[in-house]
Amino acid sequence: MSIPKHLTSLFLSLPFAIIIFSFFVIPLCLVIMVSFWDYNAYSIIPDFIFTNYEDIFYGCVKSLPDLCTSFATYLSSLKFVVIVWFITLITGFLVALFLAFCVSSLQMQVVLFLLCTIPFWTSNVIRMISWIPLLGRNGLVNSTLLDLGIIDTPIEWLLYSQFSVILAFVHLYTLFMVVPIFNSMMRIDRSLLEAAHDAGATTVQTLTNIIIPLSRPGIIIGSIFVITIVMGDFLTIGVMGGQQIPSVGKIINVEMTYLQFPAAAANAVILIIITLMIIYSMTKLVDIRKEL
Amino acid sequence: MIAPQFRLLLGIFFSLFILFLYGPTLSILVLSFQGPEGGLTFPMRGVSTFWFESLFDGVGVIDIWGAFGRSIRLGLVVMVLTVILSLSAGMAFRKHFALSAFLFYATISSLIVPSIVISLGVALEFRILDDLIKAIGADMQIQWVIDDFRTTMGLFSSGLGAQLTWTLPFGLLIMFAVFNRFDPAYEEAARDLGAGPWQTFKEAVLPIIAPSLIGVALFGFTLSYDELARSSQAIGGLNTLPLELRGLTTTVTDPTIYALGSLTTAVSFCAIFIFLTLFILLRRRTSKRPPQESLPS
Repeated sequence: MSIPKHLTSLFLSLPFAIIIFSFFVIPLCLVIMVSFWDYNAYSIIPDFIFTNYEDIFYGCVKSLPDLCTSFATYLSSLKFVVIVWFITLITGFLVALFLAFCVSSLQMQVVLFLLCTIPFWTSNVIRMISWIPLLGRNGLVNSTLLDLGIIDTPIEWLLYSQFSVILAFVHLYTLFMVVPIFNSMMRIDRSLLEAAHDAGATTVQTLTNIIIPLSRPGIIIGSIFVITIVMGDFLTIGVMGGQQIPSVGKIINVEMTYLQFPAAAANAVILIIITLMIIYSMTKLVDIRKEL
Repeated sequence: MIAPQFRLLLGIFFSLFILFLYGPTLSILVLSFQGPEGGLTFPMRGVSTFWFESLFDGVGVIDIWGAFGRSIRLGLVVMVLTVILSLSAGMAFRKHFALSAFLFYATISSLIVPSIVISLGVALEFRILDDLIKAIGADMQIQWVIDDFRTTMGLFSSGLGAQLTWTLPFGLLIMFAVFNRFDPAYEEAARDLGAGPWQTFKEAVLPIIAPSLIGVALFGFTLSYDELARSSQAIGGLNTLPLELRGLTTTVTDPTIYALGSLTTAVSFCAIFIFLTLFILLRRRTSKRPPQESLPS
């Protein structure tokens, strides 16, 4: 052949690379660049200043141990991350465990797996709204509890609260745990389980000695997904929190609507650094490409 | 081995999980058929298609059907681009090439960098581009730029790009999974029989991976059709349906929004159904072997 092989590959990957470069790499660089720019009410001005960063943490160190707005916001986001990560991990692991080891026919496995995946292909906003008739002040949960005489007045914290935000996160994103963990579990050699059984291992021993260690790559990939999504979220916290709960994503969003792009960019850079730190520490533990 | 009683518990847990996944959506489907007197919550006050009719009359000042059309068109364009670009990049990644590691990590990053940051970045990119065009136009006295040029942002420029940063990584990951399981013997056989590179691809590779491409198309269309976070700041003047929907969550206080929710979910389900049927049909065709007697002896 006249064309060298590596050139063919380079050529084939070019359209994909151009899109990723134009709409991801360059925009990311611009965010970093503009975070050092100046701005006024109607335009952004090229510059190299640190004011945007200073503004974010203005008075933060001085006011310790009281938390300034920025610290409180990051802490609030981190709190959601930890809680949602924990719940989705447990739920996702158990669902994957059922799919991988308790369904014997392959056909049934595919059907049940699809059943878990289909909601992922439908609208997130709708899936959030769909909690309103259940959790609202006059919703199904409250009216049932009232009818049963368990409570006298409707529970107020069911909707537009931290509870509903966490519930929506779990509802929307457990799938991101299920798929990679299921994928890892399907690669476990079944003879290992039989060997464990023959050697007299209990279910718990099988889990802790074989299944959990061998599902680790899936657990880590799923965790990366969930953690980064929750960390940068602004929609779920906005809609399900009744626009009352702060988040880093929401700060960026609000600053953009006021056209304070450099301020938004500085917040975005800090968000990326924190997210990258989490991912970096996790990719050290697993090679994503080998796991597909 | 997993003990039987533990399997039972897992089965119950799984059923509850499915109920948790679908229950809320079912409740809005039911409530969208609420009677004209009914409100946002149970009980149902009669059954009617009143709210669907009110939806067809339009929701306030918002052009729902325009937004719906834009979402479908954008979804189809994203779908086609995602399939073609992921396939060709997937083929490329089977061999090492210059910057392949960089491209891989950039793609993965594109998936996990917070959506709002991408939205901000794309918005900035087009804003700076606009400023540049205006400055050049003013400098060089280009009349149409000075008079008419407003922005390069739009559904099929910044909006499309922002959504591709979300769908392309999924496409590429699926292609990786496909080619990791692909047996190169088929290609070698084709080459041995004298097929050129393009013929090998068309006759040997493509038929085998076709069902997976349907999978990529499914991701491309549905993820774009429902996408909101990345395009939220980068869509330009005219909104897509998910963006209008988010606006409506704070302004509409009657079951019209459920009717709209049921409708858009129905569209998603139709798309999923079509893609899955195509997938199964193609799968069946690929796995079917020619009957023995038709082979030359």
